[in-house]
Amino acid sequence: MNRRHFLCTTASLALASAVTPLCAAAAQGDRVLVLVELAGGNDGLNTVVPYGDPAYARLRPALAVPRDQVLPLSETVGLNQALGPLMPAWRAGELAAVLGVGYPRPNRSHFRSIDIWETGSDSDETLTDGWITRVWRDHRRAGDGSTDVIVLGGGSGVAAGDGLRSVVLRNPAQFLDRAGRIRQASAPDGNAALAHILKVQGEIEEAAEDLRAVERRAPTLKAEFPSGPFGRQLSVAAKLIASKTAVRTIKLALPGFDTHRGQPGQHTALLKQLGSGLAALRAALLASSDWNRVLVMTYSEFGRRAAQNGSNGTDHGTAAPHFFLGSRVRGGLHGAQPSLTELAAGDLEHRVDFRRLYATVAQDWWRLPVAGSPFAAHRPLAVLRG
Amino acid sequence: MSRWIVALLSLGLTLAAAVLAAGPARALSHAEARHLLARTGFGATLAEIRDFEPLSRDQAIERVLSQRSDSAATPAPDWVGDPVMPPRRLRAMSDEERQRFRRARIEEAIELQAWWYREMVASPSPLTERMTLFWHNHFTSSIRKVKSPHLMYRQNVLLRRHALGNFRDLLHAIARDPAMIIYLDNVTNRRGRPNENFARELLELFTLGEGHYSERDIKEAARAFTGWSLNRRSGEYRFVARWHDHGEKVFMGRRGNLNGSDIVEIVLQHPQVSVHVARKLWREFVSDTPDPAEIGRIAEAFRASDYDISVALAETLSVPQFWDPGARGALVKSPVELLVGTIRQFELRPQNVRRLPRIGRHLGQAVLDPPNVKGWPGGTAWITADSLLARQQVLEMFTRRAGLSVGTNGRAAGGRNGMGWLSGWMNDLDPDQRRPDALIAFLLPVPPVHPPVPGQDPARLMRHLLLDPAYQLK
Repeated sequence: MNRRHFLCTTASLALASAVTPLCAAAAQGDRVLVLVELAGGNDGLNTVVPYGDPAYARLRPALAVPRDQVLPLSETVGLNQALGPLMPAWRAGELAAVLGVGYPRPNRSHFRSIDIWETGSDSDETLTDGWITRVWRDHRRAGDGSTDVIVLGGGSGVAAGDGLRSVVLRNPAQFLDRAGRIRQASAPDGNAALAHILKVQGEIEEAAEDLRAVERRAPTLKAEFPSGPFGRQLSVAAKLIASKTAVRTIKLALPGFDTHRGQPGQHTALLKQLGSGLAALRAALLASSDWNRVLVMTYSEFGRRAAQNGSNGTDHGTAAPHFFLGSRVRGGLHGAQPSLTELAAGDLEHRVDFRRLYATVAQDWWRLPVAGSPFAAHRPLAVLRG
Repeated sequence: MSRWIVALLSLGLTLAAAVLAAGPARALSHAEARHLLARTGFGATLAEIRDFEPLSRDQAIERVLSQRSDSAATPAPDWVGDPVMPPRRLRAMSDEERQRFRRARIEEAIELQAWWYREMVASPSPLTERMTLFWHNHFTSSIRKVKSPHLMYRQNVLLRRHALGNFRDLLHAIARDPAMIIYLDNVTNRRGRPNENFARELLELFTLGEGHYSERDIKEAARAFTGWSLNRRSGEYRFVARWHDHGEKVFMGRRGNLNGSDIVEIVLQHPQVSVHVARKLWREFVSDTPDPAEIGRIAEAFRASDYDISVALAETLSVPQFWDPGARGALVKSPVELLVGTIRQFELRPQNVRRLPRIGRHLGQAVLDPPNVKGWPGGTAWITADSLLARQQVLEMFTRRAGLSVGTNGRAAGGRNGMGWLSGWMNDLDPDQRRPDALIAFLLPVPPVHPPVPGQDPARLMRHLLLDPAYQLK
């Protein structure tokens, strides 16, 4: 992390003409990826519902989303009504659903599968660096003051490994509160461990200052975020972006998708938070004129099994749909819906390798060269406009 | 009579000269005794430090090592004697059974972690627990993957039994340890479709380190370990001959129908093993910067003793870099050391030990659940913006008592101002132990970053010192 201000604020922007800027600010058009982890394994079949397939209701006698609660996206699939707040974006052509995302030889362990997703590895390969780290490794420029990743929720696996500037701010309010009690000091010579602690203290203080400045300087957001931790993460993300913080990836998490039992109420509540939250993010950033440099992408360790279990829930499965949202997104359906009748041991067969999503982000969003990219072997999806 | 005087005088001079010549044989200073105990245990009490002060360095090291134990004093959770769950696939269970099964496993995992914390808090041999934790971070396994609290318990027992024993025995035992066999996928390592996970980590992390073996060595070692599996019913090691590759292997220049034990023996002939372990011991006990010459010496003694871990450790604790005053406070306390150390040095009695593993996880060290096969990186990596704020938070809770519901030994902690137990602890001290400089010398390995205000109430001073950045160091 940069010793000097790792978050850049309009506060320093305002001073930039008078004094040397202390930190880099987002240049016009700097592109931000907002990653949303649906932690626990989101039930894709009840998110983008294959309502036109009779096998769906057969597999899920009690769990199938009723036809009148599905918002059709095509003649065969539709959004769970709980995601209704995203329909304006859909109609504006800014929402893409990539169907059937997964990987070969799927692993059904939360812990292992999220590692696979967050590193972009093969199923039987263990990598230690996150996929964002891998994608950016050779492309950071000296003197580039951007923060690569700010993690506002969940794990920081996508940014694991050396080479990136990343910061974890799981609870900005608590962070500010605790940071306020830290007393700064300079390190005595000769003790590297103590020097490290005091350096981190300094970083905490700077981060806190920057956060306060973001709070002060961010334009008033013209959007109502859902209450609760996910809504708070989104509102912080919106403030960071609207205050032109130079950051490339903001990572959020909405946990609770591990719906082994009593799924319907739980899952609906989660999708409502997701839908209204992302809609609020879009509204806020449209109003601040930042929306054109934002791309939202969801991911999750796996989908869930095609058939419901005996506890009115679903168990760990495989492929699932994921969303891209943004003004440069080619709205519509991408990928292909896995068959519900030709299951592999009760699970959906994936139709799109998840690393094609990463290739899309690296090449078509950040415009990084294909040569040398860790995902060069994966063809980007035609999900973004130039 | 004058001859007597001369004789006595010369005897006295000889003795004085002998004492002077054997400089290190002098008694330890308070700071040195504290340093040795802080580095080889968790946090020492004032009484423990005082017990070590009359000893010489060698005597003190010998005493620390002689206090070792090969089993835990804390009674194990009841269920460890139950049969290991038969290998019923979760999917074959009814949903209700499966839920019950999952909940019971989670509960057992929490009990197991709490049991280890209890042992670390109460153990008469803190060094044994430090070394058990050291080997847990070397021969890592995670309950998250192994999924069986029984097998993780047995691995913990194994690590403790060999913690200060013989590395050769430990390595052979760990290669047959069922939790390890699951953790590094040797369960699926079979003739014709080898899984290289265990073989790779055996060479890369456990014994040699990168650059001292070839990819071919890994492939051949993996073949040699095929069929090293476990009996799912008893949870014990089992060799399955029909899964074993009986063909010829070539490993590090040796050719033959090698099996896993042969691989371990061949690896142990490589001097690099002793260097690899010596470096890790140095980072654990001395500093973040191993000295190559001293490492060579420690490794040689380790080999000469045929891998006696206590010999390697005694050598490590004897190096001048360990006793250099500049070494004090040069290492960051791990989360476990911070928690267990604070409890031990004040002889606190945590009323809810089950909270400790959770706090440890929050600070970045979930025992029995390391982040990956490399374990916790340790050193300054313990301190990040998040973890440092969380550490301060936990220490504030300690000083307020409320958060952790800790109570002092048999004493009603009392006092609503939150300084209750600290005041109680102070009341038991002699007046000279209550002096600010004495309290600083007890609590901190280096002077406080924020010098206390003179004339501060002693309990407030204690709180001030616990929250000083220097308290994060050992």
